[in-house]
Amino acid sequence: MTLSISLTVNGVRQDLAIDDPRVTLLDLLRDRLTLTGTKKGCDRGQCGACTVLVDGRRVNSCLSLALSLDGAEVLTIEGLAKGDALDPVQQAFIAHDGFQCGFCTPGQIMSAVGLLNEGETGDDPERIREGMSGNLCRCGAYAGIAEAVSTARRLRDETARPLRDEDETRRIA
Amino acid sequence: MSGGDDLITRGMPGATAQPGAGHPRAAPAVGHPHPHDSAPAHVSGRALYTDDIPAPRNCLHLAFGLSERARAEVISMNLAPVRAMPGVVDVLTAADLPFANDVSPSGDHEPLLCTGEVYFHGQPLFIVVATSHHLARRAARAAVVEYRDRPAALTIDDALAIGSRLEEPIVVSRGDWQAGIAAGTHVIEGRLELGGQEHFYLEGQAALALPAEDGMHVHSSTQHPSEIQHKVAEALGLPFAAVTVETRRMGGGFGGKESQGNALACACAIAAGRTGRPCRMRYDRDDDMRITGKRHEARIDYRCGFDGEGRITGIRFDQYIRCGWSQDLSLAVADRSVLHADNAYYLPAVQITSERLVTNTASNTAFRGFGGPQGLVGIERVMDHIAATLGADPLAIRQANLYGGPGRLTTPYLMEVTDNIAPELVAALAERSDYHARRAAIEAENAAGPIIRRGIALTPVKFGISFTLTHLNQAGALVHVYTDGSIHLNHGGTEMGQGLNMKVAQVAAEVFGQPVSAVRITPTHTGKVPNTSATAASSGSDLNGMATRAACETIRERLAAFAAERWQVSASEVRFEEGTVRVGAGTVGFAELARAAYQARVQLSATGFYATPRLQWDRRAGRGRPFFYFAYGAAVTEVALDTLTGENRILRTDILHDVGRSLNPALDLGQIEGGYVQGAGWLMTEELVWDKAGRLTTHAPSTYKIPACSDRPRALTIELWKGDNPEDTIYRSKAVGEPPFMLGTSAFLALSHAVASCGDGSLYPALDAPATPERLLRAIDAQRGEPW
Repeated sequence: MTLSISLTVNGVRQDLAIDDPRVTLLDLLRDRLTLTGTKKGCDRGQCGACTVLVDGRRVNSCLSLALSLDGAEVLTIEGLAKGDALDPVQQAFIAHDGFQCGFCTPGQIMSAVGLLNEGETGDDPERIREGMSGNLCRCGAYAGIAEAVSTARRLRDETARPLRDEDETRRIA
Repeated sequence: MSGGDDLITRGMPGATAQPGAGHPRAAPAVGHPHPHDSAPAHVSGRALYTDDIPAPRNCLHLAFGLSERARAEVISMNLAPVRAMPGVVDVLTAADLPFANDVSPSGDHEPLLCTGEVYFHGQPLFIVVATSHHLARRAARAAVVEYRDRPAALTIDDALAIGSRLEEPIVVSRGDWQAGIAAGTHVIEGRLELGGQEHFYLEGQAALALPAEDGMHVHSSTQHPSEIQHKVAEALGLPFAAVTVETRRMGGGFGGKESQGNALACACAIAAGRTGRPCRMRYDRDDDMRITGKRHEARIDYRCGFDGEGRITGIRFDQYIRCGWSQDLSLAVADRSVLHADNAYYLPAVQITSERLVTNTASNTAFRGFGGPQGLVGIERVMDHIAATLGADPLAIRQANLYGGPGRLTTPYLMEVTDNIAPELVAALAERSDYHARRAAIEAENAAGPIIRRGIALTPVKFGISFTLTHLNQAGALVHVYTDGSIHLNHGGTEMGQGLNMKVAQVAAEVFGQPVSAVRITPTHTGKVPNTSATAASSGSDLNGMATRAACETIRERLAAFAAERWQVSASEVRFEEGTVRVGAGTVGFAELARAAYQARVQLSATGFYATPRLQWDRRAGRGRPFFYFAYGAAVTEVALDTLTGENRILRTDILHDVGRSLNPALDLGQIEGGYVQGAGWLMTEELVWDKAGRLTTHAPSTYKIPACSDRPRALTIELWKGDNPEDTIYRSKAVGEPPFMLGTSAFLALSHAVASCGDGSLYPALDAPATPERLLRAIDAQRGEPW
């Protein structure tokens, strides 16, 4: 039986016919939408290479069934930059050498974006490392990764500064 | 070219990192921390790996059907149910292979597909060709295979019991080792078991074969495109010249893609040849871990005599190396264990015996360090054991035994160590890391009997650089200068994340005095640079950098000769620097010069070649000069160990490492840090477990624990040793891929120190690796007189 779903992927609405209920979001992205920036590392939710944002939250796309995501907004590594302007997290990964072979990098970056959105780390490097521990890097570029996330957090805070009063108001409300 | 020997540190406590710091875009080429050549592509998901190459029209997908037995005879194989599965286009067994059924990298026979006898659990039996990856994998499981089990040899003891070995043991000795041991005032004996290690390259093995009009073009995630070319050609009955292999990049290799990609590339090429359609294959992670070889498990037995100061008087090692079912690269791997049994220490009388054992497990293969780590950890264990016996600081024992001083510079294989910096380097690190005061504080704290014990250890590394198979120490490069001044660079090395392409591009930019951005790095391609060696043995930048420099200098000399004639100056007055070309008192743009030279019919393309000099090695005799030079380093690791649970973490690590004059400090720091993390993982958490049937039960990251971001040391400082390579290497740099891996030994021995604090000093902990929480708890209880 063929079912159809509608997803917004990187801001573009996609109406997709799914002929097998077992299709994962990862396979859908890579095989159907040729968005191969999202990687398959272990296919069992353990390595984090397939991390994308679904409705703003980071998920392992290899464990997410596409059919369960009807109406969702998906952001992948390909949709992170604004045109030629890299996201602060992307910039920070380059500046801090947060990778070697690069295969885990899209997942690391999407996970970092998700982590910063969650807003739980503060400036605590320990919490940043813990928050990034679901994304394996076999090259061992963890020092650069943790530094990149920390720097990206500061960059975001700086750009967000004018909104601070408003934020506080919202929190009080 | 300044800056290479500046003190570079990363992660110094209190240091604040600035985005962009350390990445001067317009910097001179060599010696500066240029970022990885693919950095913008990596962070935006545009970097294509083999399985990301868009599927060509009509592309088919392959999967192997795998053996469910470790050692058996295949009585029957019913593949009709496989053929009946949805999407299946073709199914091939060994009988269907048109030519060679061989994927061995060593000239030994290693069948691509089983020919009736199964030698390990996970051995490929047949190939399924289907319209999708998932359909191929599902279909492969439909086979009905009948086996007649045979006795399997799974462990080192199993193999020893039946005398199952690849070749007669290698014995390297120097001096009268028996008399040497007897001359010691103390004699110790011990055994160290070292586990294997899964590569866990994040990108699994992958290949894509495209049928061409007169041959085959293969994209492969491989460290060795030339070997893929040879194996594919043999599988198709074609001359090498009819097969081209291309590798843009790998998502990690670590040695695991030196030979293990052969099977996928051959299978794809054969299926593509039969169907006339493009064929691609990638291993699912579980299949990858079951099928491919890993780091060799090893057992090191030792007997060592030493004097009252802890100086070794004589030593004997028996190394037992578990090779798995086929030869692969195991002989050379085991050789390197022998050649690193001394590490940085002078052994006045020594015998090293090496057993290369065949077992019914996946065929172990190259893995960063290539056998060196097993040999090295053996002698580091001995140093620790000597110290424990004398109640001395292990560092003092190490320093007493380091190479150095008159008559104390000869290795067991009779190569003289002429570049020894180990004593100065170790002393400098001990000082910078405040080792002695910290050790005293830890001992005092542990003496109070806390539940959380700490431990600290400093271990050095001396690693031999060159392929021990001497003829592999050669490389080629191809360089074109176009008439707009852009430079097209191709070399025989492959990029797996180590930054080789950037380093080689820096060399080209340096020769032409151009910015690195003027150099276009292109995928490794057997049609551009032929007869290459694997990118392995840490040799990538040494070999390909030199070959590239030779090619660039050829073109530069032609350009200089042309300019000298055109503008009537001497060739020595033509200088390529700072992005331009100085001709006498004037200047000409590089592009302008290239255009003018073209119009004057000067050839702007050249090849370069390099062969490492002065190597000579007799592996059976164990004599000669197998290495061009040695790379050195040392690390101090401090750990905390929970004595109730065995849980532990690295608190602080300080590293001082020798890369000669660094070609690129940013990339070198990355290699050092990553090597340390991977080495510590091998010895601390990464445990491979086989069940009694020979089935690997740890075939995914859910059960096989590689270091995560949260496992990284809380404080980590890395400094580069100041000093040029005394040998004439590319801009006096040193190889950096493998040596730092063994810095992780300090973490293992720091745990041993923490464990020892639980006892009264009478029992040496003798930890085996990996030092998992279970092993640590067992060792702690043994210290407390409660063994289990």
